[in-house]
Amino acid sequence: MLISLFIACYNDTLFPETGKAVVRVLERLGHDVEFRAAQTCCGQMHYNTGYANEALSIMRHFVRVFETAELICIPSSSCVATIRDHYPQMAAETGDAALQRQVEALLPRVFEFSELLVDKLGVTDVGASYPHTVTLHTPCHALRSLHVRDQPIALLRSVRGLRFVDLPHYDECCGFGGTFAVKNADVSMAMLNDKIGCIRETNADVCAATDNSCLMHIGGGLRRQQAGVRCVHLAEILASTGESAAG
Amino acid sequence: MIRVGDAASAPEFPVAAKRALGNAQLRQNVRRATEIIRNKRAVVVGEMPDWEQLRESAHAIKDHVLRHLDFYLEQFEAACTRAGGHVHWARDADEANRLVIEIVQGHHEREIIKVKTMTSDETRLNAALEAAGIVPYETDLADLIIQLGQDRPSHIVVPALHKNRAEIRELFQRTMKLAALGPEPQDLTNAARTFLREKFLRVTVGFSGANFAIADTGSVCVVESEGNGRMCVTLPKLLVTLVGIEKIIPSFGDLEVFLQLLSRSATGERMNPYNSIWTGARAGDGPEEFHVVLLDNGRTNVLADVASRETLDCIRCAACLNACPVYRQTGGHAYGSIYSGPIGAILTPQLQAMEHSTSLPYASSLCGACYEVCPVKINIPEILIHLRRRIVDEQTGHLAERVAMKAAAFAFAGSSRLAIVQKLARAAQWPFKRGDRLAKLPGPLGAWTDARDLPAVPAESFRDWWKRTRRQP
Repeated sequence: MLISLFIACYNDTLFPETGKAVVRVLERLGHDVEFRAAQTCCGQMHYNTGYANEALSIMRHFVRVFETAELICIPSSSCVATIRDHYPQMAAETGDAALQRQVEALLPRVFEFSELLVDKLGVTDVGASYPHTVTLHTPCHALRSLHVRDQPIALLRSVRGLRFVDLPHYDECCGFGGTFAVKNADVSMAMLNDKIGCIRETNADVCAATDNSCLMHIGGGLRRQQAGVRCVHLAEILASTGESAAG
Repeated sequence: MIRVGDAASAPEFPVAAKRALGNAQLRQNVRRATEIIRNKRAVVVGEMPDWEQLRESAHAIKDHVLRHLDFYLEQFEAACTRAGGHVHWARDADEANRLVIEIVQGHHEREIIKVKTMTSDETRLNAALEAAGIVPYETDLADLIIQLGQDRPSHIVVPALHKNRAEIRELFQRTMKLAALGPEPQDLTNAARTFLREKFLRVTVGFSGANFAIADTGSVCVVESEGNGRMCVTLPKLLVTLVGIEKIIPSFGDLEVFLQLLSRSATGERMNPYNSIWTGARAGDGPEEFHVVLLDNGRTNVLADVASRETLDCIRCAACLNACPVYRQTGGHAYGSIYSGPIGAILTPQLQAMEHSTSLPYASSLCGACYEVCPVKINIPEILIHLRRRIVDEQTGHLAERVAMKAAAFAFAGSSRLAIVQKLARAAQWPFKRGDRLAKLPGPLGAWTDARDLPAVPAESFRDWWKRTRRQP
């Protein structure tokens, strides 16, 4: 099966290791992977901040790029939520029937990375080895929109050498919220400090998630506080086989 | 004029929130109280096998009412009038206040006892009454605490949630002149009871809000926990009730849905201890004269926007406040409105036609916890986004944000542009780069780097890595 990657703009720019890890895991499982270089962004930031027209242009571009893709794998739960929850309405608002049909046809082929592995491909053991104590942050969009929480836990529990510790109050927002983290930085930090308290309680040395946007926020706080806990995207843990993973 | 308490002159949310975050006692009080209510709610909601169907029903009933609000309001007016009540229509806060004052002055009275009426906080009725020489006594325990402390409500159901027992004791000792008052809940309740009973027996004008106004019977329903409301609506000779026009439900039978949802969502109780329902006025049974003031005060502004109309579905249970991770950090005062938390963030600016309180739609991380608990299924995150969109469309947002968003949209229009921006970012970051992270950044991004590291843009993007290592098709 040919799996087309939508890496997400911020992963592409700031977290290229996550994309490389997704490629490594999927190829290890025997799948062909493609990256359509014309891709840019899903439009989430614009949509959530109220820039609907800009988000619509970005959506049109996304739909054009992936119209012919067989399966689309996205290692970012909030991007998948934007596509699933908002694209149909955005398309409907244009009154463009062709666009609506394209979006409708696209949605069943869009999968979040751990969802693709567990729900679509039926895999939980991807042959990874990662000798660390790991806890899992569940992004709000993964939890409440995609219902993706059991899938990453199943994947982590199948990793050799990995000790999984569940995160207390996993259903509480970390305080990222896109532009919220800057517009309401003080409240965002207060929420983050609660989240960091919970992470420290687990004594994990790694905090994983299905979304680097939350992890950028949580990891930024952990590093500033020199907490000794690293944030790592789920894909990078699953790509690890104990050997050096330099790409 | 349309007024939502003092919201029009309140500071922006980030400013007020920062102040609240500095108050450790307040944060502890809010955290403790919301946690208790949330846990109670979770238990009594969890035991309902048909909770989701109840939510769906409530949403459908409210949707139907809002589509036919004109019909149901007139039906209510006719039924209430038939039952001996007097119905008044108030376009805005000032008109409502004037009507209430005229009714009280028509009876040559100078005092009123009040219960359960956020709507009168919205119109700032107490200030208007006092200016007219009429003394209002709040009789709901929490509202009494707010009134005695010259404070403002910080929660929709538990207005004095930000106060703990020690603070309330000190307040009662000072304002009721009870130096020897003990610290136990019974001591405080007894003090309030003694203070209030005298008013209940003496004052002849009652004033209430309403949880529901029932169109087919013309009845009004108030639910509460203390019984003070029951006193207010049964003991006085004259009763005035102020009702927002969105509180209408079609029939008495619809209470079956709403009373199950409201008590469990609001206080975590299976049923409220006191459910008062009355219809008009009748000699020898409760108040001899009954007036209802139906209040618009911006509600038709909300009704007019189909995309966010369901804001008016709200039954004021405050479950969204208790669930909201932002509210639980800041408490209610930061919202600058008597309607705080997620529902306040969408209701307050809309009532004011988006002319004030426009920082509130951004006071959310869009985590969705509010929507999850809302008993009438108001999609609050979706409405928050819609209101942000209105702010952008009306060009009343921040200029720097607009420029940044337009620039980002330009970059995302094509991959070659994005690649150029990535290169530019890599070049521009060098003065701030400390290893693989960025230290203090200028401008709005400084709000990020004040407390968090930001990863530096790595030397090679994913797309460049792919291009370098893979054969192009």
